[in-house]
Amino acid sequence: MKPAPFAYLRPATLEEALAALAGEQGAKVLAGGQSLVPLLNMRLAAPSMLIDINALPDLGHVRVAEDGVRVGALARHAEVLGSAEAEQAQPLLAMALRHVAHPTIRNRGTTVGSIVHADAAAEVPMVLRLLEGSVDVASVRGRRTIPAAELFAGPLESTLAHDEIAVEAFFPALAPGAGVAFQEIARRHGDYALVGVAAHVETDGEAVTRARVGFVSVSDVPVVVDVTDAVQDPAGDPAATALAELDPAEDIHATAAYRTHLVKVLAPRVLAAATDHARSRAGEAIHP
Amino acid sequence: MTTEQLHDVRLHVNGSVHEVQVPARRLLSDALRHDCGLTGTHVGCEHGVCGACTVLVDGTPMRSCLMLAVSAVDAEITTVEGLTEDDGTAQGRLSPVQQAFSDCHGLQCGFCTPGFLTTITAGLRETPDPTEDEAREMIAGNLCRCTGYQNIVKSVLRASEIVAERERGEA
Ligand SMILES: Cc1cc2nc3c(=O)[nH]c(=O)nc-3n(C[C@H](O)[C@H](O)[C@H](O)COP(=O)(O)OP(=O)(O)OC[C@H]3O[C@@H](n4cnc5c(N)ncnc54)[C@H](O)[C@@H]3O)c2cc1C
Ligand code: FES
Ligand code: FES
Repeated sequence: MKPAPFAYLRPATLEEALAALAGEQGAKVLAGGQSLVPLLNMRLAAPSMLIDINALPDLGHVRVAEDGVRVGALARHAEVLGSAEAEQAQPLLAMALRHVAHPTIRNRGTTVGSIVHADAAAEVPMVLRLLEGSVDVASVRGRRTIPAAELFAGPLESTLAHDEIAVEAFFPALAPGAGVAFQEIARRHGDYALVGVAAHVETDGEAVTRARVGFVSVSDVPVVVDVTDAVQDPAGDPAATALAELDPAEDIHATAAYRTHLVKVLAPRVLAAATDHARSRAGEAIHP
Repeated sequence: MTTEQLHDVRLHVNGSVHEVQVPARRLLSDALRHDCGLTGTHVGCEHGVCGACTVLVDGTPMRSCLMLAVSAVDAEITTVEGLTEDDGTAQGRLSPVQQAFSDCHGLQCGFCTPGFLTTITAGLRETPDPTEDEAREMIAGNLCRCTGYQNIVKSVLRASEIVAERERGEA
């Protein structure tokens, strides 16, 4: 298991990296390498050139402002998870990152790389969608912002053009009156999820005004389902609403029936936890 | 056949500098073993799962099978060979984690051991006095086919004691 030969570039500026990427059709960006290098080692990918972005300046930030958390392309999962301010502003980010691989992988893998990699078995792409965040990308043609809803095209396929580098991801802050929760079943903590479920619930007093649920490993793209109607209807079944839009598949880790079962168990639990979270936060806001 | 381009790479490993010439696709794990002659770093799966190849990169555990040697130029790398403490003797003395593995029978075939030693060395810096659960979590990313993990967990707890004993000047 050795990678096929490739040319290697370690640019010192973003401009240099973008020009190189635009000039070489078979080039790929190397960030943390925790998804790309296994693919190279197994010869499932054979790029003609790797453009290593690890020496680029100013991309390692985890910046927290009132509107949310901005994560630079070289911020490692461990650094994002280590930011208490980021967790305070958007607790779902840390809740999900705790399930991303083992600490040693999180020390190298980047949160932005995980989004671009667009694995439906990965936690972060789903979380970005559920939170309605976005990614800023740069190319020789300029910069643009891609909303999460337009980011995922297919299995392991994002809508970045070949010559674009993602420079920053934006995770909106949790609004007052909103709550989040995350649960995942994996063979061991740190393994890829058999099923992972996150919920984002908005409340107004006792009433739930909006409820959405995101799923890991039960479809081939990161998927989020609006279950507001099912939650507001006393006879509603949010898991059934969600399952109508999911496509649990069988693989060596779990049968489709087991995944379906996990969705039915986890979705109501996570919705209840997110609703409690929203109400407790509303309580805090009133009695500081 | 075209010859593959070689890169001059200066690796900083265990306090020494190694000037090596490698193709871009040379994994750090292979560079350490074949080009630097440091065969203590073991290679199991080469896709990040087993942890045998774990080394410290600027003190932080990372998988050397998922890094390219050309990408490691700015880093100080510590392999299992670099854990031994200098005590004036030629072979040095075993680090607290190494000593604990010896005391607690934390290894059998030893294949997985280098990765456990590096991972736990860094883990104890972050969590100097782990509970048994924290010890298990510390090693959860490393696989061992022999020991059944019980004695490795004991080794983590024992290593934490040895660190404290040495700090108090008792050992
Ligand atoms: C053993 C193991 C277990 C894992 N378990 C999990 C898990 O449970 N959950 C999970 O979510 N992930 C898991 N991962 C994957 C890990 O989270 C990766 O770090 C992450 O998916 C990719 O980030 P990276 O920085 O390593 O990207 P790389 O591997 O460097 O790149 C991945 C892809 O994204 C592209 N890319 C990366 N960054 C950019 C950028 N800034 N601009 C443009 N393109 C870019 C690359 O070209 C490549 O195609 C696991 C990995 C391993 C090895
Ligand atoms: S050889 Fe690197 S993790 Fe298995
Ligand atoms: S001691 Fe043999 S694999 Fe761990």
